[in-house]
Amino acid sequence: MESKKYDIIIIGGGPAGLTAGIYSSRAKMKTLIVDTGTIGGQMILTFEIANYPGVESTTGFQLAKTMKNQAKSFGCDILSNVRLTDVEFKGKTKSVIINNKDKYSGKAIIWATGGRSRMLNIPGEKKFKGRGISYCATCDGDFFQDKEIIVVGGGNSALEEAVALTKYASKVTIVHEFDHFQAFEHAVEEAKKNPKIDFIMESHLQEFKGNDSLEKVVIKNLKSGKITEKRIDGVFIFVGYEANNDFLKDKDIKLNDWHEVVVNGNYETNEEGVFAAGDALAKRYRQITTAVADGTIAALNAIEFINRN
Amino acid sequence: MLQTNLNHVETEAQYNEILQNNENVMICCGRMGPMCVPVYDAMEDLEKEYPHVSFYDMEFDNPDAHVIRNLPECRGFMGLPFTVYYKNGKVVKATTSLQNYEQIKEILDAEFSK
Repeated sequence: MESKKYDIIIIGGGPAGLTAGIYSSRAKMKTLIVDTGTIGGQMILTFEIANYPGVESTTGFQLAKTMKNQAKSFGCDILSNVRLTDVEFKGKTKSVIINNKDKYSGKAIIWATGGRSRMLNIPGEKKFKGRGISYCATCDGDFFQDKEIIVVGGGNSALEEAVALTKYASKVTIVHEFDHFQAFEHAVEEAKKNPKIDFIMESHLQEFKGNDSLEKVVIKNLKSGKITEKRIDGVFIFVGYEANNDFLKDKDIKLNDWHEVVVNGNYETNEEGVFAAGDALAKRYRQITTAVADGTIAALNAIEFINRN
Repeated sequence: MLQTNLNHVETEAQYNEILQNNENVMICCGRMGPMCVPVYDAMEDLEKEYPHVSFYDMEFDNPDAHVIRNLPECRGFMGLPFTVYYKNGKVVKATTSLQNYEQIKEILDAEFSK
């Protein structure tokens, strides 16, 4: 199979991948970004971004578009919505095959596939997605005007979105698996003082039930083992994120117990010439700013690696 | 108007005309929100691959979008966007919330074979 040659191939077009693309193409490295979805990654899934330094307030869509245009302006090639067929990480020449037919080779790879919202993976979740189950309060909140809803989770997103959803819903019940929240204290306080919010602690959702749309949930109390059914109009799920590293499970790239990529101080994986950046990494803080920083460092190290070899 | 490179449906009359004059039509009705943008993006990419399908978007908050919001096939939908596929003016498939490129492609292949 004939391959198109690049210096650096970046897999993933979120903030880490786009930043790596900006730095490497500006350094005159022939650079390709491939993404299995929309360019922008999780930025696209964010309505308002108010804490990106230098930008007072913008939408995720707009910030992603700007970063994409910046990368393109320096000559970076970008392919979105592709099917990743295979990646060869070993050897001096790395290769990436997409859509079962197109092969690209490079001297270095930057793995920047980001993360995704975690699902509960319980019966009925797929069936009622968009029919009562949502992962985006700002998108779907207004469908639940004067309705009763559940928010699942105990982190900042869950608590803040629960408060935001009281603008529409008549009642919001937060269901959380522990007896305490992981969210910042001010977010917990805001939720606790809201008269429309109540709490079901130390409990799991076990199943979603309904016909055309969601009608009830099955809840299990983890302490007593008691199982109850609750009539409900909607459920919003905010139970964290997981790395998009499914593709690496059969590869020799070192992952931690949560399937996150392990890198050294130079953002290089255990495979020479393979770097990683952004939410695919094993790290604590996952922000656009940290992804941008990761992408910068990974790109600079990849450039140095190529020049050295 | 939605900031996409797709053709837009802006009125009920235009909607009726599109359905009358095109055999295969896909309309995504949404906002410029997190769950909608990836669908528009996938449609823009798929437009080249499916020249026999007419791709459109429509603003969910446009009053004339009742033609989609109130479709019986969209009953029970509570997630943006509402995406509807038409064959000879009749709804053959409707989806709610985010669908990825592969999921959309699968529907196009099943409903609008070349």
